[in-house]
Amino acid sequence: MAEQAARRTPILAPSAARPEAAISIAPMVPAARFALRLPEAAAKAIGSAAGFRLDMAINRSAAARDGRLAARLGPDEWLLHGPETASEAIARDVEAALAGRHFALVDIGHRNVAIAVAGAHARAVINGGCPLDLDDDAFPPGSATRTLLGKAEIVLLRPDEAPVFRIECWRSFAPYVLGLLEEVGREFAGA
Amino acid sequence: MAQPCRLPAGGRIDRAKPLRLRFNGRDIEAYAGDSVAAALLANGVRLVGRSFKYHRPRGILSHGSDEPNALLQVDRGPGRIDPNNRATVVEAADGIAVSSQNHWPSLEHDLGAVNDLLSPVLPAGFYYKTFMWPQSFWQRVYEPKIRAAAGLGVAPHEADADRYVHRHAHCAVLVVGGGPAGLAAALAASDDGARVILADEQPEFGGTLLHDLHATIDGAPAGDWRAQALATLAARANVTLLPRTTAFGYYNHNHIALVERVGDHRARQDDRRPRERLWQVRARQVVLATGAHERPLVFADNDRPGIMLAESVRVFINRYAVAPGRRIVFATSGASAYAAAADAKAAGLDVTLVDIRAEAECGPGPAMLRARGIDVLPAHTIVGSTGRKAVTGLIVAPVDANGIVGPRRTLACDGVGMSGGWTPAVHLFSQSRGKLRYDDAIDAFVPGTPAQAERSAGAARGIYDLAACLADGWAAGGGAARDFAATPSPTGFRPVRALPTDADAKRVKAFVDFQNDVTAKDIALAVREGFESVEHVKRYTTTGMATDQGKTSNMAALGLVAEILDRPVPQVGTTTFRPPYTPVTFGTIVGSARGALFDPIRVAPLHDWAAAHGARFENVGLWRRAWHFPRPGEDMHAAVRRECRAVRESVGIFDASTLGKIEVVGRDAAEFLHRIYINAWLKLEPGRCRYGVMLKEDGFIFDDGVVARMAPDRFHVTTTTGGAARVLAHMEDYLQTEWPDLEVFLTSVSEQWAVIALQGPRARDVLAPLVEGIDLAAASFPHMAVRTGTICGVPTRLFRVSFTGELGYEINVPADYARAVWEALWARGQEFGITPYGTEAMHVLRAERGFIIVGQETDGTVTPDDVGLGGMIARAKADFVGKRSLARPDMLKPDRKQLVGLLADAPDLVLEEGAQIVADPHQPIPMTMLGHVTSSYWSDACGRAIALALVSGGRARMGQTLHVTTPTGFAPARVAAPVFFDPKGERVHG
Repeated sequence: MAEQAARRTPILAPSAARPEAAISIAPMVPAARFALRLPEAAAKAIGSAAGFRLDMAINRSAAARDGRLAARLGPDEWLLHGPETASEAIARDVEAALAGRHFALVDIGHRNVAIAVAGAHARAVINGGCPLDLDDDAFPPGSATRTLLGKAEIVLLRPDEAPVFRIECWRSFAPYVLGLLEEVGREFAGA
Repeated sequence: MAQPCRLPAGGRIDRAKPLRLRFNGRDIEAYAGDSVAAALLANGVRLVGRSFKYHRPRGILSHGSDEPNALLQVDRGPGRIDPNNRATVVEAADGIAVSSQNHWPSLEHDLGAVNDLLSPVLPAGFYYKTFMWPQSFWQRVYEPKIRAAAGLGVAPHEADADRYVHRHAHCAVLVVGGGPAGLAAALAASDDGARVILADEQPEFGGTLLHDLHATIDGAPAGDWRAQALATLAARANVTLLPRTTAFGYYNHNHIALVERVGDHRARQDDRRPRERLWQVRARQVVLATGAHERPLVFADNDRPGIMLAESVRVFINRYAVAPGRRIVFATSGASAYAAAADAKAAGLDVTLVDIRAEAECGPGPAMLRARGIDVLPAHTIVGSTGRKAVTGLIVAPVDANGIVGPRRTLACDGVGMSGGWTPAVHLFSQSRGKLRYDDAIDAFVPGTPAQAERSAGAARGIYDLAACLADGWAAGGGAARDFAATPSPTGFRPVRALPTDADAKRVKAFVDFQNDVTAKDIALAVREGFESVEHVKRYTTTGMATDQGKTSNMAALGLVAEILDRPVPQVGTTTFRPPYTPVTFGTIVGSARGALFDPIRVAPLHDWAAAHGARFENVGLWRRAWHFPRPGEDMHAAVRRECRAVRESVGIFDASTLGKIEVVGRDAAEFLHRIYINAWLKLEPGRCRYGVMLKEDGFIFDDGVVARMAPDRFHVTTTTGGAARVLAHMEDYLQTEWPDLEVFLTSVSEQWAVIALQGPRARDVLAPLVEGIDLAAASFPHMAVRTGTICGVPTRLFRVSFTGELGYEINVPADYARAVWEALWARGQEFGITPYGTEAMHVLRAERGFIIVGQETDGTVTPDDVGLGGMIARAKADFVGKRSLARPDMLKPDRKQLVGLLADAPDLVLEEGAQIVADPHQPIPMTMLGHVTSSYWSDACGRAIALALVSGGRARMGQTLHVTTPTGFAPARVAAPVFFDPKGERVHG
């Protein structure tokens, strides 16, 4: 008898990224996300599941149809990503594709929050808390890795050629992650 | 007259940009490009501080980061006050106020100078000998007094108003030092597009090229070569130039820490800009082109203001257009001072040069100077100086080849430039764990075999000739071998320790370490007293131990020890350098990690609602949790009583979202949990929950929580809030290393699911209208069951569980929906007086029912049996984590501390948590302590105060009266069962 489905209250209000700015730090809209765990050998054998490519190198991501993306974070771990409305379809399709195998598909659509960091100083700002080398040679388009930003664990993705980095973190760490990025980014803001 | 000592022309200062600072309350005019030291000297200020121990008047010794004397407090405004800045590296900026340190009542009249007269009773190590008796005086008198006297500068009281940031960077080659060798290295290294970072501690790159006015490189003036090199580097996109950046730490894997001074040199603070930036650079290759430090000469009263290093005199004249004096005597044992003398003469100053070496040893220098009309006195020693707060004369005397000192004469002067040769700056090399090698030819330790991918270049490894430095830097930067043509540099010196003197060496103060006031006789005393290792001499005399790390003094001290022991220098050894190369502000180390960014502050999805409804919060790990919800006029006690009553009588609502949650998936999920927990899991049916306790290998309780079986191969595990991360790590550890054969995957869903606990007799009434697809009737959805369905149209994992002892539900919903669901429950609950409660009420409610909290009733030394949960252990299980430890004899002793209830004889006395428990309060001290109170609250439900305690052999003491410490003594309390309310646990089934 519930009249209307409850609304989402995201921890960070989404805003539009401005890649043309010196620095743009923008929380992203909610998305469908799943943690997929699958033995390495199975991933190699099947290559992909429900359109998500699984056999890429570790720390690489691959775009799929309809704005979907799979990022391989470990030998047996993928972050599956898609539009918020595709959540049920992704779950259904992946479970069907992997039926009979040992795997775990766990919805983490509300666990993770994403922040897009773009602009000429994006690398400098992320490197304000992240020790990774973000140069194109070291972190080319399609890179994805679990790493640190200050005292928070994050997943850092660069989905494509666009100089836009996506930082995913757990919900409760998002204010800290955003706060640190904005603090470090202050010297470039409006510059 | 403004700037009386400013030369009319020259220098790299910008005379079009005058600025004004203050020194000890007096206006100082300066120009952009000045250091504070240059500004002070330009204004005729010689006396800038008092020495550490003897409070002797001190001036500016050097022009760079090796400065031991001129330590100033710099005041840039409220919250921007910083002690112990070296005047030689602080850039003059409009409006800053600097002041001298270590004196009272004033710099000019310092009572502490009495220490100078008392010096015969204050030799090296005096405090080890003097302050021994009576022993009781050490803590109360000696140590506080010595601490007050020791230390320089005044720590700021206000919070630092500046911002600091960190930056990580990677490169192919990091070049430290932007002098000739560093510039050449950077040019060579960046030629093929490789990423290069060039860092120099000074505002301008160039090193010696900034003050060498006459040299040429490849046919062009050195200044032009420098400008061209910088233009080339700046134009390369692969090069990052970091001026004002000091590499201060060299760690493993070519990890270098540098501090960039971003803001201090700017007149106006731009709030967006940080003051300093900590760079952490990981470099494939490091080039250390850190140059060399000039050595002072060790002679009596070599510390008078106005006596400085010879090359520094040259720098002040050529780079800053400042005359450190009008009549300058250079005193040297080497060639480089001749260039300084020539430049001083060219600047119109009256110059004399005294060389300890015989004329024949001096090379072309004397003839060159005499041709310029400079008086040169070879084969002369320095035996003292005159003056008090400024040097007025240098006392010299001829010395022959046998060291016989002839008659004294005083050379009147107002400035002295001394040079005892050069010491390569090997600090970073030493930090990198590279072994130093003694090079007899240049009387210095130089880098030996590198321990990391590192190359030293130029003066940093004892190469002092300009052309050779350039070629060496070029090669270090990876360039193909090439030659540079450059003006030959005057190099070479005779190593001297304490200069020959006709005075009694035991009666004069010839300073070796200016910053720590260590004299040649202190070193001699230390050796005489048996300290033969340089490490021991260093600690006994404190030579080289101040913030300058003995940059100017180390070789003199080392040489003196070697000379007195008559051993070669390498046998005496050298000390190891440690980070930081120069002092680093706390702000730089801290970076952004202050205030709200000190640590992540984790807030649950309902935090904002709680804040809006007056919650007070407590920290639980990184989480902020609603502690209680006081209404206007209520104190915490009243609020918690009201919240507890609401749960017992009607319905309360609680944010339990911070609970750790782990989704355990796979064919062997049940078997996995069976091995992790002490109790049995294989037969738990889907749709049911079970309370589980897990141990570590040691048999002690590690964590607990309710686990729900969602499907045959899927469990929803909950952990304590604080235990979430470590339980997941613990499980992963076992899964990956002990039981890799189990088909199980673990995923943290702590933050996927928000948890709303709805507790109390009316809980079902509030919940029912909002839930679809779940039959809430007690018969079909009993206590310790789990169902999936929807609430407010969104998916839920609905647990029927209770940590309060009442009918209750824990409503799991995806986190972003929690606010809407909570508000719907809140609205529905109004007719029942729904009451939000916090962690404190939750603690009371569970204590009334005797439920433990891991970390409160347990402390890592408590077994399941200790807290009365021994019955949970599945005896039939072959193994579980911790099982074997539970069989140890100590784990079975009857006098183990066991969980009991404690009821104070005074029913309204809330015992103190942590209070100790004894059987007899009159026994002699130290008493036998039986245990302690773990939880203690006022309980409205019981109409009295209740407490839980761990008591030795507690279960055998039921009914006994024990005594519990209170702030004023002891309170008697009766041992009872650790359940105070609804002992049969019937209410949860409502």
